[in-house]
Amino acid sequence: MTLARATSVILAKELRTEFRSRELLGTTIVFVLIVIVLFSFTFNPTSSESRRFGPGLLWLAFLFAGSLMLQSSFLREQTNDTLAALRLAPIDPFSILAGKMVANFLFLLLVEVILLPVFAVLYNVAVLPVLGQLLLVLALGTIGLAATGTVFSAVAAQARLRELLLPLLLLPVLAPVLIASTEATIGVLGDPPELSLVWLTFLACFDVVFLTAAWMVGEYLLEE
Amino acid sequence: MATGAQSATASRSVLSVPSVALVFLLLAAASYGALIWAPTENTMGLVQRIFYFHVSSAWSGFVSFILVFIGSVAYLRTRALKWDWLSVASAEVGVAFFTVVLVTGPIWAKPVWGIWWTWDARLTSSFLLWVLFVSYLVLRTLVDEPERRALVSAVFGIFACLDIPLVYFSIWWFRTQHPQPVIGDGGKLDPRMGWALLLCWAATLGVMTVLIRLRYRLEALRSEVDAIRMEAARSGR
Repeated sequence: MTLARATSVILAKELRTEFRSRELLGTTIVFVLIVIVLFSFTFNPTSSESRRFGPGLLWLAFLFAGSLMLQSSFLREQTNDTLAALRLAPIDPFSILAGKMVANFLFLLLVEVILLPVFAVLYNVAVLPVLGQLLLVLALGTIGLAATGTVFSAVAAQARLRELLLPLLLLPVLAPVLIASTEATIGVLGDPPELSLVWLTFLACFDVVFLTAAWMVGEYLLEE
Repeated sequence: MATGAQSATASRSVLSVPSVALVFLLLAAASYGALIWAPTENTMGLVQRIFYFHVSSAWSGFVSFILVFIGSVAYLRTRALKWDWLSVASAEVGVAFFTVVLVTGPIWAKPVWGIWWTWDARLTSSFLLWVLFVSYLVLRTLVDEPERRALVSAVFGIFACLDIPLVYFSIWWFRTQHPQPVIGDGGKLDPRMGWALLLCWAATLGVMTVLIRLRYRLEALRSEVDAIRMEAARSGR
């Protein structure tokens, strides 16, 4: 089986598992909603203030959401030791990681797309005119989040205190993503809107670096 | 398992007297160079002298983190635990050096800038770097089985090291208004200051080497004790 084929099979399995219960997506959406509401107490959410602080809080909420949501990516496999079964399959071990990565990317992007209009309404920020550019920033930032998050989920799954450990590993490594995507979002939501090529290129570089790293260490991570 | 052979090499790598003497000599020379020989800086005064240890600790800290990267990659390729020992030893020493950086920085900043801390690019990235490797050390404490610990921490070590340039570039672009460093902006610097800095760097590199070797040896012995314990548990005491 080719890598692409195996990856899509794993991806389909991940999507099927999640959409049967939808508990992960539902819980994460509520969590981000709570964070967005709580953030409104930390500054005066008028329209101009929101343009300045909103993108940062939105991305911080997404990073928190990612660091909680991605836990289950490998933890779920441990309950019934299904990871061992996956490893036995005659496929490239990287495709297991890749399938989970793509699934996590889609889950996170879905959470973000659902919460973007809520954020726009609550903080009075117009997102519709710049939706295309905003989606580009969201996608590039989320690729980095999903790539590192999935690898670290596999790392944390093998340790004690894993629920606490994943945010500890993930958040400092993601600091560049937070900076770059926040700055890019501020630019897009600014008046006049401006798509910052520097930060988009930076996000793309981050994604390429860590996707390559994940590809190179992936097979080691899944061995027994 | 080759624990016996590995521990034999470990116990042979005890520090030799000449190398320790050399490091002490370097430290003494560096202290003399930085505290007495180099001229006092005109505007900042005596407090500027802390800078020699501050900067050289940062450079040696970077060297330690590069060693973490080398150790992590080599472990994944060879699966020899000695590379994991190198990684953990270097990570701990690197964190220690960056602790020195983060403590001496504010001591210098308070009289010169009037504040202990500012979220300037250099400070922020050093702080983040320190946090990154503290996370690495925390991860190590939470995995018990040695091979598993070596594997996951090698993966995280590689990711953390790859993150260093990204952290620096992103924070650099983010805070473009940061003050430029005073050193290296022209020829009017007294050459003795440059030499004192190099001497300090040589001394901290020496301290780094000694500490990493000691910590490496400790890790090797620990691994041997673990192996013996496991053996005892297996044979049912």
